[in-house]
Amino acid sequence: MTETETHLQAHFADLAKQTHAARFGMWTFLGSEVLFFGSLFALYASYRAEYGDAFSRAVRHTDLLLGSANTAILITASFLVALAVGELRAGSDRRAAALLLAGAALGVAFMALKGIEYAHHFRDGIYPGVHYRYAALPEEGAKIFFTLYYLMTGLHALHVVGGIVLLLALAWMARRGRFTARWHTPAELGGLYWHLVDVVWIFLWPAFYLLH
Amino acid sequence: MSTVEVVVPLSRPAGDSYLEVPRGFRSWLVTTDHKRIGVIFLFATSAALVLGGVFALLLRAELLTPGRTIVGPLAYNRFFTLHGVIMVWLFMIPSIPSAFGNFLLPIMLGAKDVAFPRLNRASVYVYAAGAVIVLSGLVLGGADTGWTFYPPYSGRTPTSVAPIALGVFVLGISTIMTAINFIVTTHTLRAEGMGWMRMPLFVWTIYATSIIQLLATPVLGMALLLVALDHAFRLGVFDPTVGGDPILYQHLFWFYSHPAVYIMILPAMGVVSEVVCTFARKNPFSYTAIVVATLGIAFVGFLTWGHHMFVAGMSELDVGIFGALSMFVAIFSAIKVFTWVGTLYRGSISLDAPLLYLYEFLFLFGVGGMSGVALASPSLDVHWHDTYFVVAHFHFVMVGGTITAWLAALHYWFPKMFGRHYPQRVAALGTLLVFMGFLGTFVPQFLLGNAGMPRRYYDYPPEYQALHVLSTMGSWALGGGLLLTAVYLVAALRGGRRAGTNPWGSRSFEWDTPSPPPQHNFTEQPVIARGPYDYAREEG
Amino acid sequence: MLALRQAPEGIARAEAADSTSALAGLGEVGDALNQALRRILFLPEQASTFAARVDQLHYFELGLMSGIAAVLGCAGIWFAFRYRRRAEGERTPRVVAPLWLELGIAGGLLGLFLFWWLIGYRQYLHAKVAPAGALEVYVTGKQWMWEFAYPRGRNSQGVLFVPAGRPVKLLVTSRDVIHSFYVPAFRIKQDAVPGRYTTIWFQARTAGAYRVFCTELCGVGHSRMWGKVVALAPGDFERWLAGWNPDAADLRRLGIDLDGVLPGDVPADEEEADLAREGQRVAAVRGCLRCHTVDGTPYIGPTWRGLYGSVETMTTGERVFVDEAYITESMMDPLARIVAGYPADMPSYQGLISAPETAAIIEYMKTLWGPVPPDSVAPPPPGGVPR
Repeated sequence: MTETETHLQAHFADLAKQTHAARFGMWTFLGSEVLFFGSLFALYASYRAEYGDAFSRAVRHTDLLLGSANTAILITASFLVALAVGELRAGSDRRAAALLLAGAALGVAFMALKGIEYAHHFRDGIYPGVHYRYAALPEEGAKIFFTLYYLMTGLHALHVVGGIVLLLALAWMARRGRFTARWHTPAELGGLYWHLVDVVWIFLWPAFYLLH
Repeated sequence: MSTVEVVVPLSRPAGDSYLEVPRGFRSWLVTTDHKRIGVIFLFATSAALVLGGVFALLLRAELLTPGRTIVGPLAYNRFFTLHGVIMVWLFMIPSIPSAFGNFLLPIMLGAKDVAFPRLNRASVYVYAAGAVIVLSGLVLGGADTGWTFYPPYSGRTPTSVAPIALGVFVLGISTIMTAINFIVTTHTLRAEGMGWMRMPLFVWTIYATSIIQLLATPVLGMALLLVALDHAFRLGVFDPTVGGDPILYQHLFWFYSHPAVYIMILPAMGVVSEVVCTFARKNPFSYTAIVVATLGIAFVGFLTWGHHMFVAGMSELDVGIFGALSMFVAIFSAIKVFTWVGTLYRGSISLDAPLLYLYEFLFLFGVGGMSGVALASPSLDVHWHDTYFVVAHFHFVMVGGTITAWLAALHYWFPKMFGRHYPQRVAALGTLLVFMGFLGTFVPQFLLGNAGMPRRYYDYPPEYQALHVLSTMGSWALGGGLLLTAVYLVAALRGGRRAGTNPWGSRSFEWDTPSPPPQHNFTEQPVIARGPYDYAREEG
Repeated sequence: MLALRQAPEGIARAEAADSTSALAGLGEVGDALNQALRRILFLPEQASTFAARVDQLHYFELGLMSGIAAVLGCAGIWFAFRYRRRAEGERTPRVVAPLWLELGIAGGLLGLFLFWWLIGYRQYLHAKVAPAGALEVYVTGKQWMWEFAYPRGRNSQGVLFVPAGRPVKLLVTSRDVIHSFYVPAFRIKQDAVPGRYTTIWFQARTAGAYRVFCTELCGVGHSRMWGKVVALAPGDFERWLAGWNPDAADLRRLGIDLDGVLPGDVPADEEEADLAREGQRVAAVRGCLRCHTVDGTPYIGPTWRGLYGSVETMTTGERVFVDEAYITESMMDPLARIVAGYPADMPSYQGLISAPETAAIIEYMKTLWGPVPPDSVAPPPPGGVPR
């Protein structure tokens, strides 16, 4: 069976159109994700405008080192995934699988660092919402800041977990030779998703670690 | 120019349609056929309409007398909340796009299916999951916050907010899946010869609706997620006792919910365009105007949400801006109404049931839309906000508009989807009952609102009672009309006279396939060589 | 025909003379038209200086819209008749609207809609920005009653006393969830948002009593969260500020019908009414009312007004829904869960009170919503000084 016959679906005229449609679909999905996170960023912006000082003070109480390390981890992971897609295009499936696995591993590292950060915060009594009891920063603006912190980084972390699972699945598919040099659409789409997760973090990082 | 305009097989013998192929009940559960998926959504949303309607009848019955009539205030508050939630998210939003959009979009474009049939199938499962979660919330007693879930009350009420909010969140995911599918299908699966300006107007509205759904629904998802988290874990993002701002929730909620009303009306407008052209046998008075108005509504509709918050505590500047923008968005609907009436001019009009529903739509949506323009005048809104005037307004546009158009769609495409006719005279009676029942229910509500009767009120001073009684009696007539419609349509599914390919003599592309269509819509790739509204006299 | 509360004759004549109607230039005729339209449309009396102007915008919009709709409707119906299908398969001419027509209609309607917006917006601004020297009153909504506080120290519950003929600025907030302060007769409304103050002002044209509704869903008691505005002649208002507590009879002598504005606390059901009355009797006999008030004033125990169906915070921080179960528990095992801010002093009624009596008390508590009963406008607390 030609690869066209394996992958082409009945309602598309040819594989090129089908691949184009798949990419288009992925981009529209990413658009919806931008709005999803965007509403939280809008909330953050509104509250920042209201509680400027408290937010600035609160930013100093997040772990800049861990946060920045996570930024480096995600950027590297994105880079590796991009490389992996390139390798698939060149036909090097095993190298691609290894790179995808490495990306997933970095994702796990990200989650580990996040876990450590959260543990530190809990130890200090920084909990979300009405459960907050951090004596060093009692003002309401700080409570809102940390509630948003947990919400936004937590939601992002859930997306990272999804991304890890996705990368593992793609690595498995690459290892099993499911892709070809001409057709590796799932990997392209998965890569796009992973890049989005990275981009969201690029905005979370200044919001919660840098802007003070 | 070729005389063979759309290359399709002629009418096939029974036994080969999408309804029969593939065979077996199990094949329906795992189908990726857009037509079957459309039919599944049609039945699911109709069931939701019945459930939401039952709650409406119950709450209207409670309002027959001041004070307790059949239930107490907590139960009443749950009734209108569940009525709103079920009607908006389980019925209205998917009613036309997921049912008729799914069935017709590929056929109208000359395609064999939507771009992502497996995603389409997944959207059915996700809808079912969302419905189950919402219904579980209902079983647990249901929320009493209104469908708007305003905090702080939504965080403090003892009723089951989280399953309802999360159920709607899941339903939103189904909506986004459908939207992605429709957008990509419209862009990539148009048949050869189908330029953008040759697409049926219904496709334009489904396309614009899908863009709104894609961009607005995630914001709703976030708003409801926050409500559920607040209720379950006291996250308090909008809780003033921890520094939160309840008005920010309203901004987030209405940023979605105003475009949502356009999600609900645009597909209905698409149906209206199709029906008026077919039953007046006429080209649209201005195809371009309708396209521009459709896109205008979709875009400007995102800029008007603050008109739900004129008395909420927004700044005066915001009130001014949102009011003015609301006037802008109204112009597009007005253009459409004018264009539809103009389409009837010098047409060849046949008063079949779909056209009767069209006239009802023009009248009821016209009144509803105009009451919306009035509400956008800020000083008037100060008096009317959260009174029955607003309830009347949105029921005029949503029931008088969308549901009337949904009924028109049902009666228009029934022969195509099921290969059968329904009895015309009984259908005409149905349209009359629905129309009179609707007016009886909702005209008194404009007057109740003028008189100051607040909405979501279980009890009221006795001088409002006469109008409430009128409204409740109207609701029985409306319910009766809908019940009658359901009965003869369901009966026609099996017992109706068999329909030919094109019983209405329409020039739109879906009428070139058999009734009902075969599984893959076409045997060869169609080539489009004319527009869908080509009714003109031969020249010369 | 429905009878909304009609102002007594004298006040109606005063309204006519004092009309701020834009139709005032037409004098008697203009105002007669105004009142006729107002009645046809079921609008309440125009009791504030703002109301008549708002109503006139309403008439303007409604009239013009009806005209446009009539034209379109007649056209549509005429077309259905004139262009009905005469033969199967007949074709139609291709008619496309000229661009100037489409743009003309769009432009014309846009101009009209924006004109209406402009009038409405200016009226809105007028209602939001209080004139200098307005009397300021703090309005607090809480589940499920309204409380009012005046700068010279006077407070009141359920009834907002204001001087007629003077601007009054309301600073509105909430103690718990979002409420909304709405006076239909004044055509004013303002949401009461916890955590902030929102403002609106009005000027009552003459002395009278007007109803207040809460118009933002706030829980079980939302539809009984009513209140009253009593506008007094300025002299009478000064007396009130100085401590005068008029009852319904006093107000009637001033031409103000307090009882007619809203119905009192009456359970709609005969059986429930009997049970509630029985509960009131039991509560008095068993000594409940020695510690619990029924009008909202805080005392030794939590007030019963608005208690059933609310959510209370216990001393442990737990939030409890006050339903039959909790009330019964409070009677039988009162020290199990105590509302925060109250002492652990309540004795147990286990074995001292029968099940029917318990049910009757609960039924009585369910009737205690909304504003204080009309015959006790500013009641003193029972038995002593409130906390």
